[in-house]
Amino acid sequence: MKKFFAQLYIWVLLFLLYAPLVFIAIFSFTESKVLGNWTGFSTGLYRNLFTGRMDGGSTLMSAVENTLLIALIAAVVSTLLGTVAAVGIHNLRGRTKRVITFLNNVPMINPDIITGVSLFLLFVFLHFSQGYVTVVLAHITFCTPYVVLSVMPKLMQMNPNIYEAALDLGATPAQAMRKVMIPELKPGMISGFIMAFTMSLDDFAVTFFTRGTIGLDTLSTYIYTDARKGGLTPELRPLMTLIFLFVLILLVVINVRQAKMRKSPVR
Amino acid sequence: MPKDIIIDIKHLSKSFGDKKVLEDINLYVRKGEFITLLGPSGCGKTTLLRQIAGFIAPDEGQILLEGKDISSIPPYKRPLNTVFQRYALFPHLDVYDNIAFGLKLKGVPQDEIDTRVKKMLKMVSMSDYEDRSVDSLSGGQQQRVAIARALVNMPKVLLLDEPLAALDLKMRKDMQIELKELHQKMGITFIYVTHDQEEALTLSDTIVVLNEGRIQQIGTPTDIYNEPCNSFVADFIGESTILNGTMIRDRRVEFMGHEFDCVDEGFGENNPVDVVIRPEDVYIMSRLDGAQFTGTVKSCIFKGVHYEMYVDTDKGYELMVQDYNGFEPGSTVGLLIKPSDIQVMRKERLCNTLEGEMVDETHVSILDAEFECLPQEGLEAGTKVTVEVGFDKVDLLDHQEEGATGGEVSFLLYKGNHYHLTVLTDSGEHLWVDTDDIWDKGDLVGINILPADLKITRKDD
Amino acid sequence: MIKRSSWSIPYLAFLILFVALPLVLILVYALQDGTGHFTLSNITRFFSDKDSLSTFAVSIEVAVENTLLCILLGYPAAWILANKKLNRSAVTIILFMLPMWINALMRTLATAELFNMFGITLGKGTLLFGMVYDYLPFMIYPIYNVLDRMDNSYAEAAGDLGATPWTVFWKVTVPLSMPGVRSGILMVFMPTVSTFAISEFLTNNKIKLFGTIIQENINSSMWNYGAALAFIMLIIIGITTVLTGGRDAEAAGGAI
Repeated sequence: MKKFFAQLYIWVLLFLLYAPLVFIAIFSFTESKVLGNWTGFSTGLYRNLFTGRMDGGSTLMSAVENTLLIALIAAVVSTLLGTVAAVGIHNLRGRTKRVITFLNNVPMINPDIITGVSLFLLFVFLHFSQGYVTVVLAHITFCTPYVVLSVMPKLMQMNPNIYEAALDLGATPAQAMRKVMIPELKPGMISGFIMAFTMSLDDFAVTFFTRGTIGLDTLSTYIYTDARKGGLTPELRPLMTLIFLFVLILLVVINVRQAKMRKSPVR
Repeated sequence: MPKDIIIDIKHLSKSFGDKKVLEDINLYVRKGEFITLLGPSGCGKTTLLRQIAGFIAPDEGQILLEGKDISSIPPYKRPLNTVFQRYALFPHLDVYDNIAFGLKLKGVPQDEIDTRVKKMLKMVSMSDYEDRSVDSLSGGQQQRVAIARALVNMPKVLLLDEPLAALDLKMRKDMQIELKELHQKMGITFIYVTHDQEEALTLSDTIVVLNEGRIQQIGTPTDIYNEPCNSFVADFIGESTILNGTMIRDRRVEFMGHEFDCVDEGFGENNPVDVVIRPEDVYIMSRLDGAQFTGTVKSCIFKGVHYEMYVDTDKGYELMVQDYNGFEPGSTVGLLIKPSDIQVMRKERLCNTLEGEMVDETHVSILDAEFECLPQEGLEAGTKVTVEVGFDKVDLLDHQEEGATGGEVSFLLYKGNHYHLTVLTDSGEHLWVDTDDIWDKGDLVGINILPADLKITRKDD
Repeated sequence: MIKRSSWSIPYLAFLILFVALPLVLILVYALQDGTGHFTLSNITRFFSDKDSLSTFAVSIEVAVENTLLCILLGYPAAWILANKKLNRSAVTIILFMLPMWINALMRTLATAELFNMFGITLGKGTLLFGMVYDYLPFMIYPIYNVLDRMDNSYAEAAGDLGATPWTVFWKVTVPLSMPGVRSGILMVFMPTVSTFAISEFLTNNKIKLFGTIIQENINSSMWNYGAALAFIMLIIIGITTVLTGGRDAEAAGGAI
């Protein structure tokens, strides 16, 4: 009985949580302009989305491209920067370690708007013209802490003598890094990369403040502008549905990976 | 000094921050020798090994390998290999690739790598495991792989950092035998670090006993066991009772309220000494005539091969005795110790000697604290003084704040009828204390000394 | 011998340039007038401006209400999810986490569209509903995490000592799960105060939150006043972080 109510509670919450997303998904298969008005099954919106034949179609497609490209660059750079940083931080002691750990936490604790406004002021202050580059830099800023955070546990689990063992067997520091450390840190780096990529895809506020006035749009800013104009472009419905599926798959991949890692015997 | 020296360590010192970890270490290792660095945790033995391996640079001193100084050579260029305490196998490589790691880096041809790895696997009896992932191996198997991974490179010296510490007792005993055999077969010099005195006695040709960053004694296992040079070594190696004694004259020593014949000479007359008695060297019998002294059995525990008994002697000392025969607690027994079984050691110190400064006529500053003393004439404030305090004149209190200063009990020695403690004071100095109270290692204590017990003299410049 | 701690230097430089300096700049701009002279007028303006103050009050009110609702709804959910007897499926846990990874803007828009479809007027009620809907997963996840890792022997020990299941829950489980609740608060409260797009969509711009007026000022080139408002928000962040023990944010940050 207790179990029944518990399950009921969980599923009611989940139903409420997913209702809007499910509605969007359902109404992505009809061509009506307004949500809730079913005008018969059609994949027309999907077709429009992929061919770009719709109002403002080219700007939407370029927004999607921008989003993906920015997320890719930001994820690659922050994975490299974050991994190197994590190794450094792991070997630090005392005050410097506390300072850098604190600064690393700041972008995660700060609401997006603060990160966005503060970076906006930085670029204004440095007279750095805002656009693609500033958005990428801003994304690296809030993505890297997550990479550091996912690589650190790997470093802590790692036998501290492994690097020394490689040196002892004749590997130069560079060889020891390539042949021993990187293979060991790879799972953490991949998790960090996926997290950074998703964080970047997700972002709205930081992009909003750092994109400048050159008309650079990512998907989020595009949706924002579009919604403020009144009414959502119908083609956004299939796009949202696809993104939803994409995130679902990504998350399943991450969780399966983690479950595997947990299962592997403790060293 | 023998000619076949492979490693020669000269005046080696190392500090981490303010803490001196190693102080003026001098040591040589002969080719083919099995040498063990033995000491309690924190004694500096691992630091010494890591300096030989090249993971830590020494602050001062030299490490010579076959006569050449290697102190500034990075670890990957030293012809030495290490077996780490927790194995440090590469988890992403299988057994074969772990062992081949060093050879591949050296660019050894593939077919030679193959023969050498296979030969090595056979030597550590792991031939069937070459494709296994290292995570799937037991602790003992992982250790075999770690040893093979190091030895396959034919190092001039093999360094082993507590390699058996993570194994259970049974496995440890088996591996000890295998290690000893491996050492004999390969003829490679082994430098072995352990805190386990039994392991050291079993395996080594030479034992180096370390404590608090200094070498206490170097010798063969028999030397170290039978003739410990100070109370630390005597207490650390094997079981023993250490007692205060007086050397009456050559070959005659007094302890436990009785006089005994012994074989030691050269300690002068009526000089205080430490006496070490191994429990298996005390003869215990029910006959009282012919005994040197008598006692009452306090407790008797069967230990498998022998009985371990604590005996209260007629003059109020407690003595540990091991014998194949057990005696009922409460029974009166006769006791006898042969002259050659009495080990006499010079006392390291007779009282605490502290450096201090007069604060005013009735106060002196020692151990970074102010102590009241009897009025000192002719010693003005600011005079540098030497203060002597007897071991039994130091009061230890339960609470640190109750004392003039505080400290931590860092070492205990039971001397038959009282404890001899080493206290590390808050000022970082050592204070030795004789007490009847029971303290534990790590206890925080307050320290007080009565004014009359401070013997103050002007410090000679 | 090999100082790998130096590897943190590039990132430290990066953090100083892109995290520390920008935060300092918020203060610098907040204390300047348009011509770059020192002034306190931006700060005093906020405290004398009725509109700003009431927006601020509304934001805090909505944020508090939202946080409380999230705890009220989220704690039981987290407890059920972490209870092996009541929930054995990992799928439900993933389902609760999933929305955290979907653009909040999209989810909010979807909710707003749903309200429109059912003809519900947008206002305070829809704002709160939408907020709870947006932030509930961020409350459930950290609490679930703590409860899931909690050693069951505490509860068993309490039971062994005679506590009823009810007492065990209130005297053992709840106190031990407070770190999770604290990081949940951190992840819900501040974002609620600072969001701007969400409140615009959910109330048709009828109710403004603090984030919205920051955004409006920055976007209409009133940087100094915008910076002053951001600075006030930073102070609130500081207070909330100290009150909730900011270290927990690390646990929350690893949320996937």
